[in-house]
Amino acid sequence: MNSLLEMFSFGFMMRALIVGSLISLSAALVGTPLVLKKNSMLGDGLSHVAFGAFALASVLGFAPLWVAIPIVIIASFFVLRINENSKIHGDSAVALMSASALAIGTFIASLAGTNTDINSYLFGSILSVSETEVFLALGLFMTVIIIYVLFHNKIFALTFDEKFARAIGINTKLYNAIFAILCSVLIVLGMRLMGALLISSLIIFPTLSAQTIFKNFKLVTIVGAILAVVNFVLGLIISYLCETPTGATVVIVNLFTLVVLKILNRLIKK
Amino acid sequence: MSLISVSKVKIGYNNIPVVDKLSFDINEKDFICIVGPNGSGKTTLIRGILGLIPVMSGKITFSLNENQIGYMPQETTVDANFPASVFEIVLSGSLNKPGIFYNTETKNRASETLKMLGISKLEKQSFSELSGGQRQKVLLARALMATDKLLFLDEPSNNLDQKSKESLYELVQKLNAEHGITIVMVTHDLDHGNLIGNKILSLAPKDYFFGTTEEYVRKVHHE
Repeated sequence: MNSLLEMFSFGFMMRALIVGSLISLSAALVGTPLVLKKNSMLGDGLSHVAFGAFALASVLGFAPLWVAIPIVIIASFFVLRINENSKIHGDSAVALMSASALAIGTFIASLAGTNTDINSYLFGSILSVSETEVFLALGLFMTVIIIYVLFHNKIFALTFDEKFARAIGINTKLYNAIFAILCSVLIVLGMRLMGALLISSLIIFPTLSAQTIFKNFKLVTIVGAILAVVNFVLGLIISYLCETPTGATVVIVNLFTLVVLKILNRLIKK
Repeated sequence: MSLISVSKVKIGYNNIPVVDKLSFDINEKDFICIVGPNGSGKTTLIRGILGLIPVMSGKITFSLNENQIGYMPQETTVDANFPASVFEIVLSGSLNKPGIFYNTETKNRASETLKMLGISKLEKQSFSELSGGQRQKVLLARALMATDKLLFLDEPSNNLDQKSKESLYELVQKLNAEHGITIVMVTHDLDHGNLIGNKILSLAPKDYFFGTTEEYVRKVHHE
């Protein structure tokens, strides 16, 4: 108990707790339609682009956040267009984009020979969360919540059946664009904490876990969001106590939850 | 009274017309079956009328509001694990009307629609657990939430066994006869022995036909 109190007496731990919880919750909500529409590769692709953008910005001496956010949003629109155009193989294009962005980022960072710590970009660093990120994460969280409260029925309709949603006059392109922007912002904001290689798991795990037990959209959304926050906080505490990297620990806690729920589900069905 | 008037339209994909110079009227209380071989443009035509793809030329005049049209798309492929309850799906049909939350009236209407289609007991079930025939009825219920006037059905009986097919057609006929809902239905499993509906639109290439079912039968026999 004492070590827990001690843990949150550090400013950087408090910031990590706040940003991480807000990002986890937002990622779970934004992730639900992406996962159910089998678009979750979007998050993975964008996180690699974010890495490239961060490397570029730090070499050029710009504030990384303000470079990465627009670049990642542009990349997300690119992915959306690929998905709408059935002639191109979306998954290969996204895979190519990911690898290229990762390569370019690494290349630039080593060329410049700066003291850019590639490792902390790839796997996250709990020390790197700034106050700006706290405010941005809060803004993102509020936006996601407002959008969900006002439009959850429409989000369901277009996740379940986009053709029908369009036919009854829902502007599906607008919603897809909004989700792509939210996804971009949350990846950039969460990347420093979780790491470029691990952030997309926050989008995917909660929905998959909730989906193993619950069979309606509303419960999957709500339970996914709760699981996301609980797992993040647990992961953060474990990483502090065991002195392990936060991003990796959070992912492992999420993985553990998913496996336990899958096993429970099997047992109940028998 | 004409609800929708289609005049010399050309509709297609990537600038290649699939349907060309087609005219016909959808009148109130009509039951129009759209028939024709694969690739003749049945689905394309419906998607053009609904504004899902642009009309290349010609004119479509509506005498009813956009939010008075219900639609049941061809084959809704849903992932086996997709979490969606029947009630959630049926309610989503009413999203063509303004409002943030579903009100009591909408919820009651959803329950009544399920009852009318004889699937009340499925209300809380997950869509992925249903049989093909049950799924199509749920999607029909969703389409009915959007309208009490005009319904477009795109091959609703696809992949159904004979019994489910008959039960679905029976329901659609009931909607038309008893509830006065205008029906436009794409189908390819009706031959002239068991045609339903009062009018036929045949999209046989270069030989469009639009007229009453009797005229169509006479024409087919004549050939």
